[in-house]
Amino acid sequence: MTIMDVAPIVQPVSAAELDAQLVSAWFSGHKVLERVSLTMKPNTVTALIGPSGCGKSTFLRILNRMHELVPGAQLGGIITLDRTDIYRGAMPVTEIRRRIGMVFQKPNPFPAMTVADNVVSGLKLCGMKVGRGDRDDLIESCLTRAGLWHEVKNRLDANGGALSGGQQQRLCIARALAVQPDVLLMDEPCSALDPTSTRRIEETIADLRDAVTVVIVTHNMQQAQRVSQYCAFFLAAENEPGRIVEAGPTEKMFSNPEDERTLDYVRGRFG
Amino acid sequence: MALIDLTAAEAHLVAPRGGDGGTGNSDLLVEPRYFDRDQVITHVASAIAALAFTWLVYERLTVFSGDLGFLVVWWVSFTGFVYVTSRQQWGSVVATNNLVRVVVTSAAALALIPLAAILLAVIVRGWRGMQISFLTTTMRTASTESKFSQGGAWHAIVGTLEVVGLAALMSVPLGIMTAVFLNEVGGRLAMPVRMLTDAMSAIPSIVAGLFIFAVLIQSHYLDQTGFSGALALSILMLPTVTRTAEVVLRLVPGGLREASLALGSTEWRTTKNVVLPTARTGLVTAVVLGVARIIGETAPLIVTMLGSQLFNANPFANKQDALPIYIWTQKLTSTGDNTVTANWMWAGAFVLMVLVLILFVTARILGNRTVGVRRG
Repeated sequence: MTIMDVAPIVQPVSAAELDAQLVSAWFSGHKVLERVSLTMKPNTVTALIGPSGCGKSTFLRILNRMHELVPGAQLGGIITLDRTDIYRGAMPVTEIRRRIGMVFQKPNPFPAMTVADNVVSGLKLCGMKVGRGDRDDLIESCLTRAGLWHEVKNRLDANGGALSGGQQQRLCIARALAVQPDVLLMDEPCSALDPTSTRRIEETIADLRDAVTVVIVTHNMQQAQRVSQYCAFFLAAENEPGRIVEAGPTEKMFSNPEDERTLDYVRGRFG
Repeated sequence: MALIDLTAAEAHLVAPRGGDGGTGNSDLLVEPRYFDRDQVITHVASAIAALAFTWLVYERLTVFSGDLGFLVVWWVSFTGFVYVTSRQQWGSVVATNNLVRVVVTSAAALALIPLAAILLAVIVRGWRGMQISFLTTTMRTASTESKFSQGGAWHAIVGTLEVVGLAALMSVPLGIMTAVFLNEVGGRLAMPVRMLTDAMSAIPSIVAGLFIFAVLIQSHYLDQTGFSGALALSILMLPTVTRTAEVVLRLVPGGLREASLALGSTEWRTTKNVVLPTARTGLVTAVVLGVARIIGETAPLIVTMLGSQLFNANPFANKQDALPIYIWTQKLTSTGDNTVTANWMWAGAFVLMVLVLILFVTARILGNRTVGVRRG
């Protein structure tokens, strides 16, 4: 079954480049990230890999300013979206988060809304207006891009919580796409899902690459290999903040990395 | 061999149960009643043994008498027998489990007794003289010599609905907004607000009434009207609504807030479109608990709105009656159990409880309406 058999109604904005320079992060004075620099190129899926507790998720949440929602969180460094500083610039935080969407580890569709309402909830939440007819088109195109349309087209009025876990996660992807983000951040989107749902979401990610810059955190080495073109390996030594050990094209990272620790990790020798 | 047997058993279990009573495979089917057959037998036997034992104690061995004592001795020996017989059969772990189950079940039953007794008393006595005219008549021409149909609680029903409605109109938005502040905004002010709300919930209702009386009525800002009563009741209702709503909002998963914010939402839109709709069922409960807290309040209403024998639909002018005041007034004037005022009193109590029931059912229906159709 092809996923893109309905042309997207919403013309995707050209994907944007997200650039992080010398990013450090603290939680209540405890440093968790040390001078991390990474460029996430347009039309590329960038995978962030590394053992638990090395700061991958923190780094991801810094990229769309979710980090600052944690009490006691601090931050250093520069993050730019198409050369606009997202922390010091004039762009409001709501606009930044709209342009840099996020899919969470645990599927979190809004339980008080139907499937259809979940998809377009972002429009209401960030104050975008959409006409009645456009709304239906948008729902169909977003669900199609998320690879969910054929499974739910007959139950758009069902409660979002009535879907299976894998469907819920794709609903969350559709919801994130509806506000037309330039970047999509995914925090272990498949860790709670079965292999079939995981495969569907990986297909979705591959299709999204044309329109959005995707950054994905994953603990699954095979998944990183399958979906990403660029890869960054995070590592935190004991009692030290996380750093990027090595970053490069995924193929090279998995076959011929420069750092021995990278090779050990991708070969499954630790972590 | 074992594998084959298992497969045969499974094949039988998934097959529809025929009425032919065929032998062969039927012994493989475990009837649900066999799951706890020994447990049931143990409990029933213990109950019977306890009955025999208690009879022996009462009728032959001692000079005790009285139904309550009989029940107590029976219950104590019953729990003892359950423990001992269970222990002999299954050991002390199961025996303790059974013992605790009996004790807990008994406690629940004991707690239900006063509840059921109150309901029964009000229904029996309220229904005794009840006529439909009670709902449409006031006390304008009624006296202690009147017939039941010459008096009624129409004015008090209207008064209760208006006063409680006004109180809810003031407390519910304020309470929910305070809960939103405590849970979604927070900050340094949250702690004192939470403490104050807790302290407020301990205000004796008569004090709330006296407060309104002294500050607003005695100083001639307000008269003794339904509105004054509603003000007193809203003081009592506010902490209940706030604290319940706060607990309910805290139950909304943080992931939903994050999802909303990550879509580019503001805090207000997150609260309005995600948090409050998700918590709707619980918020309805908060309102119901708040109304339940105040609907039977008598003392603050007597102080602030005095009560009346006449119909008055305007809560902002002149005195008004409410059902609790009505019941209290009839109690004051009744001279015996079967007098007309006693009947009016019980009928008023009955109507008040029916009002509460209607309120609860309506709230439950409103709160349980889920969005969308739940399917597999």
